[in-house]
Amino acid sequence: MRRAVIAITAFLGGLVLLLAAPAWADNEALKGTIQNQGKPVSGVKISVTSEDGQPVGQATTGSDGTWNVPVPKSGQYKVTLDQKTLPAGVTLKFKDRGTLSVQVYDGMQRNVLFALSSGSGGGDSGPSAESSYFERVAQLIFEGFNLGLIIALGAMGISLVFGTTGLTNFAHGELLTLGAMVAFLFNVSFGVPLIFAAVISVAVGALFGYAQDRWFWGRLRARGSSLLAMMIISIGLALFMRYLFLFLFGGESKAFLDYNAQPGIQVGPITAAPKNFIAMAIELAVLVLVSMALLKTRTGKAARAISDNPALAASSGINVDRVIRIIWTVGGATAALGGVMLGLAQNVGYQMGFQILLGMFAGVTLGGLGSAFGALVGSIVVGLFTQLSTLVIPTELKFSGSLVVLILVMLIRPQGILGRRERIG
Amino acid sequence: MHAETTSKKAVALAAFEGLPGEPGVPKPDPILVADGVVRRFGGLTAVDVAHLEVQRGSITALIGPNGAGKTTFFNQLTGFDTADAGSWTFNGNSLAGVPAHRVARSGMVRTFQLTKALTKLTVLENMRLGAQDQRGENFFRSLIPSLWRRQEDQITERAEELLERFKLDAKRDDFAGSLSGGQRKLLEMARALMVGPELVMLDEPMAGVNPALTQSLLGHVKGLRDEGMTVLFVEHDMDMVREISDWVVVMAMGNVIAEGPPDKIMSDSRVIDAYLGAHHDAPLSAEEAEEQLQEAEAELEIEEKA
Amino acid sequence: MDWNTIFVTTVKAAIGFETVVYALAAIGLNVQFGYAGLLNFGHAAFLGVAAYGLAVTVSTFHLPFWLGILIGLAATVVLALLLGIPTLRLRADYLAIVTIAAAEIVRNIFRSVAFKDIFGGSDGRQNFSGDFFALNPYGPGQYGIGPITFNERVLWVLTVGWVLVALSCALVYLLMKSPWGRVLKAIREDEDAVRSLGKNVFSYKMQALVLGGLIGCLGGFIFALGQASVQPDLFSTDFTFYAYTIVILGGAARVFSPVVGASIFWVLLVFIGNTLSEAVAAGVIPSSIMTVNQVGAVRFMLVGLGLMLLLIFRPQGIFGDKREIALDAR
Ligand SMILES: Nc1ncnc2c1ncn2[C@@H]1O[C@H](COP(=O)(O)OP(=O)(O)OP(=O)(O)O)[C@@H](O)[C@H]1O
Ligand SMILES: [Mg+2]
Repeated sequence: MRRAVIAITAFLGGLVLLLAAPAWADNEALKGTIQNQGKPVSGVKISVTSEDGQPVGQATTGSDGTWNVPVPKSGQYKVTLDQKTLPAGVTLKFKDRGTLSVQVYDGMQRNVLFALSSGSGGGDSGPSAESSYFERVAQLIFEGFNLGLIIALGAMGISLVFGTTGLTNFAHGELLTLGAMVAFLFNVSFGVPLIFAAVISVAVGALFGYAQDRWFWGRLRARGSSLLAMMIISIGLALFMRYLFLFLFGGESKAFLDYNAQPGIQVGPITAAPKNFIAMAIELAVLVLVSMALLKTRTGKAARAISDNPALAASSGINVDRVIRIIWTVGGATAALGGVMLGLAQNVGYQMGFQILLGMFAGVTLGGLGSAFGALVGSIVVGLFTQLSTLVIPTELKFSGSLVVLILVMLIRPQGILGRRERIG
Repeated sequence: MHAETTSKKAVALAAFEGLPGEPGVPKPDPILVADGVVRRFGGLTAVDVAHLEVQRGSITALIGPNGAGKTTFFNQLTGFDTADAGSWTFNGNSLAGVPAHRVARSGMVRTFQLTKALTKLTVLENMRLGAQDQRGENFFRSLIPSLWRRQEDQITERAEELLERFKLDAKRDDFAGSLSGGQRKLLEMARALMVGPELVMLDEPMAGVNPALTQSLLGHVKGLRDEGMTVLFVEHDMDMVREISDWVVVMAMGNVIAEGPPDKIMSDSRVIDAYLGAHHDAPLSAEEAEEQLQEAEAELEIEEKA
Repeated sequence: MDWNTIFVTTVKAAIGFETVVYALAAIGLNVQFGYAGLLNFGHAAFLGVAAYGLAVTVSTFHLPFWLGILIGLAATVVLALLLGIPTLRLRADYLAIVTIAAAEIVRNIFRSVAFKDIFGGSDGRQNFSGDFFALNPYGPGQYGIGPITFNERVLWVLTVGWVLVALSCALVYLLMKSPWGRVLKAIREDEDAVRSLGKNVFSYKMQALVLGGLIGCLGGFIFALGQASVQPDLFSTDFTFYAYTIVILGGAARVFSPVVGASIFWVLLVFIGNTLSEAVAAGVIPSSIMTVNQVGAVRFMLVGLGLMLLLIFRPQGIFGDKREIALDAR
């Protein structure tokens, strides 16, 4: 067992050297508060480039409307407000002032102001209120699907691992973060195009999943650790990895190099950057692939048999350990992909995986613990609900809204949407 | 003791005298009556019992092949699972939909097929837990030991008596987790008796218990009837069923397919088809069964004299 | 490196403010998790609603301090009921997921802009501890032995805090020796067995959840009063995870282990943090490896690593008896 711990520590330690991202000086930064009529506006994307267009950093405003992008040294920078990320009905007061050029001096935190106004501004008359509401709903459904698919990529792994081993893995969110970080490392630090960086990241994710089971969880199972103990061990692992990421990556969230400032395209009522459509297609393809594998391949069938009845599966000649290892490998790979996609949608940060972990748990629980297809359905429900809830509740509380729904569903249907009740006696 | 055993047995057997072996046959003095109990799991109907009565003061065996729905039926009756349909009464009071702890309080106590010894409590604590109406189990009263000390001492005394009877007194202060499988079965049965039940429902009390211990377990089960309790138990071992039960109920695929005295049941063609199937190697005639019964009783007598 | 400062802060940590807060949180959690086996991963929310109940009553609505305490207690009970009713009948892992979700909901509401008028957004609330410090019997000055001294305000908070810790321990001791405690421990082992013996398992679990929440809520009060302010992010999920680490460190289901665990936890955390900071500042650790800003991250990495190692090699904690505890990692 000692070896297992050493192995995993060594692996994570190895990442320290790999991920030694460029160290930012602590001092110089660009910052600001985005407000509309005195109220902070959250979720607005700000990106900073150097004079010659090299990306420096990105930030998204928090619930208090503030953003902060550290810069490596004093000098001239361009700050761009992504107008698509403004809430519906809010625009820039001066349309041509979406990008500002500012000077940052030594040791200075430069404040940058963007003026906003409500309504579709003067001049161009916007679409009628009704159709814009419809458009907003359509847009939110689209975004909800996008989020749901990302959640599903993570939830699938959680659900499969839970089904086959009974482990509620609190460290699964960190597998997403790992995926995003590896892609970031290759993309930003080594200049590999994001697509290839993503492929590398998925491979690393798969490898890490495999290694985790081979040298850590598998060992713990073999010595008969209780599920409760393993659940708490996974919390320890999650804490360790999360703060390791903070140590290596720093506290700010940063964007990938590629596909950053794509202009949106209009498809029917939906406006989105092309990368979103591609990302969704990839997510969908992978999820369908994994589902087909579960239904059609021997390993997939075996995995479902183990979820159903581990003892029976083992006695009927299924190599349970091998199947579980494959599950972990696939789970690691899909989580890494989910992480890359999440990074693409909302930047890379050390807490990103943990923040979406609850969404994944909600999806898994909604779908019924241990049912992989349930997790898929549940995740999409969570994604849709999260986005659509912004129609009635403030954007900053949208995740809380989906968690409330989770609690309500448990009241009505404790076994989840597709779940089954366990037996007694 | 033995005289009493035979007399109680005689009383129990007399009650069954002349009853037809039809499923759901009415009994003279039923303690438990179930009607139309149905439990489905998805497409599978695990339990579908049209009518069943359990005679007071008797030992009734519930037998049936694996997956017949015996445990599931127990779960419905004792409130551990919700039936899709049906009603049942215990001592005339309806218990359908009543939660498990209230079922137990009303005097109907069960044990589990997979023993549930509370492994990190001592044997004595396990026993004490079974006692009802404990003052110290109330949050506020528990804070003032003088309010519950006396009762606790009485409970301990009763627990020790039972432990002695079940030959567990030497293990009194050990963790229940350190007991062997058979000892756990004994502990679970003794613990159920601490509740002071009228009807004891035992789910495979003999499974995994070694032959030496089985005999004493059998003795204990008979002892329950002698004390006036009613016993309903699930068992796969036919010898045991034949030896101690006054009446046998057979379930298959969720239904009660036959009822009757043990010797008749063993030769019932429906039972042989459903339960013993092709591989029952020793078809038993009534005489053979009687012979075995007497043998077993003689053995028991020797044991009890020793 | 300044070993003197390291030594003084470390010793102060053993009995200090954080230790009191975490000890109270851990005593409450020990009732829920250690004795009753309830996987409450939203413990931070109990402290949060208590602290905010007090702070909001006094600073937002300008109502009396003692009413604030009452509202904090009431809010804790309400939260426990809200969490318990849907989940206590379900499997243990559902409680875990629902409680962790609920704690995040509570925190997000506290920090939301929409409710900024009430809860003060991410800045939280100040100006509610005046009445508490008005009761302070200690005159202004430094109190202590040798270099280990506290000012009168800290000393007052510590006095009240340790009295509460002592009372809570006494309460838990009495309860767990009684038949009530026996039922709780039995539920942790196997709730179906307990049900079959005629005990209302749901009611006992609820009592444990409320009791644990109330003890934790005392920690919330001390947290708020000791800092004279509340911020939403103090009550993050990580807080709950540290409380778990503390409970397991001392040994689950033992009366004093949360207190000892909290003390050890903070001594280690402060010692490691200070030593690392000093080492970085003195250049013993080159800044290419670690900067002062990264010390915090390393501290918490070590918490995670420690939690894993504890459960793998010593699940019974420092003082626990392996045969007695619920966590069997073998
Ligand atoms: N929770 C459950 N979910 C789905 N199916 C169940 C559940 N519990 C029981 N079953 C099914 O119901 C049927 C009856 O099971 P039950 O455990 O009652 O059988 P049994 O008669 O006690 O068998 P055995 O003698 O092997 O103990 C079985 O087919 C079983 O698979
Ligand atoms: Mg059974």
